[in-house]
Amino acid sequence: MNIITPSTASAAGAPAWRAWIPLAALALFILAVLPLCLDLFRLNLVGKYLTYAFVAIGLVLCWGYGGILSLGQGVFFGLGGYAMAMFLKLEASDPESTKIQSTPGIPDFMDWNQITALPALWEPFHSLAFTLLAIVLVPGLMAFVIGVAMFKRRVGGVYFAIMTQAFAAMLSILIIGQQGYTGGVNGITDLKTLNGWDIRTDHAKYVLYFLNAGLLLASVALGQVLLKTKFGKLLLALRDKEERVRFSGYDVAAFKVFIFTLAAVLSAVGGAMFTLQVGFMSPSFVGIVPSIEMVIFTAVGGRLSLVGAVYGSLAVNFGKSYFSESFPQLWLFLMGGLFIAVVMLFPNGLAGLADSVRGAWQKWQARKAGQMTARGAPRTPAPPEDEPAAPTALRVKGGAA
Amino acid sequence: MDGMSFSEFGSVLIMQGFNGLSYFSVLLLMALGLAIIFGQMGVINMAHGEFLTIGAYTTYLLSVLSSTYAPWFESYYFIAAIIVGFGVAFVIGYLVEWLMIRHLYKRPLDSLLATWGLSLIMQQTFRSTFGPKEVSATLPAWLMGSYSPKEGLDIPLNGLFVMALTLALTSAVAAIMFYSRWGLRVRATTQNRAMAGAVGIDTAKIDRLTFALGCGIAGVAGAAFTTIGSTGPTSGSLYIVDTFLVVVFGGAQSLLGTIASAFSIAQTNSTLEFFMTGSIAKVITLATIIGILLLRPEGLFRLRVRK
Repeated sequence: MNIITPSTASAAGAPAWRAWIPLAALALFILAVLPLCLDLFRLNLVGKYLTYAFVAIGLVLCWGYGGILSLGQGVFFGLGGYAMAMFLKLEASDPESTKIQSTPGIPDFMDWNQITALPALWEPFHSLAFTLLAIVLVPGLMAFVIGVAMFKRRVGGVYFAIMTQAFAAMLSILIIGQQGYTGGVNGITDLKTLNGWDIRTDHAKYVLYFLNAGLLLASVALGQVLLKTKFGKLLLALRDKEERVRFSGYDVAAFKVFIFTLAAVLSAVGGAMFTLQVGFMSPSFVGIVPSIEMVIFTAVGGRLSLVGAVYGSLAVNFGKSYFSESFPQLWLFLMGGLFIAVVMLFPNGLAGLADSVRGAWQKWQARKAGQMTARGAPRTPAPPEDEPAAPTALRVKGGAA
Repeated sequence: MDGMSFSEFGSVLIMQGFNGLSYFSVLLLMALGLAIIFGQMGVINMAHGEFLTIGAYTTYLLSVLSSTYAPWFESYYFIAAIIVGFGVAFVIGYLVEWLMIRHLYKRPLDSLLATWGLSLIMQQTFRSTFGPKEVSATLPAWLMGSYSPKEGLDIPLNGLFVMALTLALTSAVAAIMFYSRWGLRVRATTQNRAMAGAVGIDTAKIDRLTFALGCGIAGVAGAAFTTIGSTGPTSGSLYIVDTFLVVVFGGAQSLLGTIASAFSIAQTNSTLEFFMTGSIAKVITLATIIGILLLRPEGLFRLRVRK
């Protein structure tokens, strides 16, 4: 892993605002181009995919920069989504519209499961303020506890990945098993209004799309600012040489806990927005498979690029819905091949590809300029110094070992 | 539980314990290969479950072939299936190591993602070849029926067979790892790769064979698996998280730890299942393992390895 990241490398020597161009382009793309080009159905799909992008940018921060691979981000996405869904479900289950049930006023699936009173866990979700707090605090607290327990003891890498996977497995089994309390495998469905505002109308869908896009762009901006600070530099440093950072006197575990918690909170916001836009939440977004799929969105977009992660989420999901409709047999081959190709050939994903293209272009420009004045050529980031060089270096090391 | 006599209750206890032992055997069979690949080499092979499925489908194919072309072979095909299952999984594992894994030794998290991709491809290959439905191999006559030493106590023969196979395989792995020249080289490579290379061990070759052996063992586990359940394209992946937990919980570099953790996880799960629903038993088991691992991240047993 190289300490110089593609984005900082290309920005080296350029004015600071240049680093914000990709974000501005992304904003133009999702705020103007997509809404103008797509019908509402497609736009709603984009909105759904953009909620996964929250998880993906969280993973860029904690995996790409922090070196912490979590295979349980679906847990946090699910917790945020379920918190939102519980509030909406309670609102949809007022005594008036559920009067045919044997116990009116409780969610329909509870009634089907012979539960006669609202469980205590559900009670606080009558309040919107509590729900909004819970969306952020429950996953944040959970990530904090897991992070403290693991990172303080210097557990990391593959062990951490397996533990998070076990969490994902546990939560999805729990949700599916406790049908009466969680809606089971179907999840929480038939959500109607948010504080009296119907979320199913076309107008609401537009509003939610833009709210979601705005939150996402704000999160990307937050991430960019964070990575520019000293904290961001330390994060990279501890990913590459954790011991050195520790011996320099920094509390490595605290940094890791922070970035993991931040990633969890971002995922939870994504989950809540998912529930609002799609109108249901189910355990199929919580388990191991969706959690790993979210990692692939990040890997495809570029694990070191916040903006890339958004494009990655869009590209993989559009690919998924296109191929799984048209060639269901091929989809898993493609998805599997994509995993392998991204890891082995393009470790920096789309963003890395874009960077090497830009590097090659600048080199070509430089050569053209160099023919006129050998000294005046602008310095270009040499592509071999970027991430794609890593596999070759590793192969050499592996051969020597 | 009134109305149940003491001896009946005893039978239930024995049967319940036996269920736990069966589950233990399956977990251990799965975990053995992984204990070698993950425990010794530090590679996370998410496609490990698919190697189990390869063994299971090989057994199924042999069962179909022998009943169509060689009915006289039907009662023996299973022995052949264990060997062929090992061979097929070994060869595929060898190729996977050569094509993929060896490039990723320095990037364990990436090997996890790449092998997950591999597992998707393998699953779809199974689905396209054998169909999405579960298939089952015909059991040879000597594996059917049960052993009942007394009234109300039935111990299925296939369960006993799986246990015997587990015992044999575990002993074989332990013998190879701790008493053979090759096992010595594997352990030397794990403990100090550079030094092992310096004294003339071909560490790249050792890696390849170790990975292939782990996959081969998964193939044998798959063959054994057909005697107690049917095989579908995703059969192996159902167990993958449990298996990783077994290895991590046991202490990744200790074979004894793997055995102990498979035993305790299986017994906890099946005992809890007796008192509550399956899903809650599973959740409590997982939560307990996670809790213990949070408090004691190195697992039950820890082999000291110089880093």
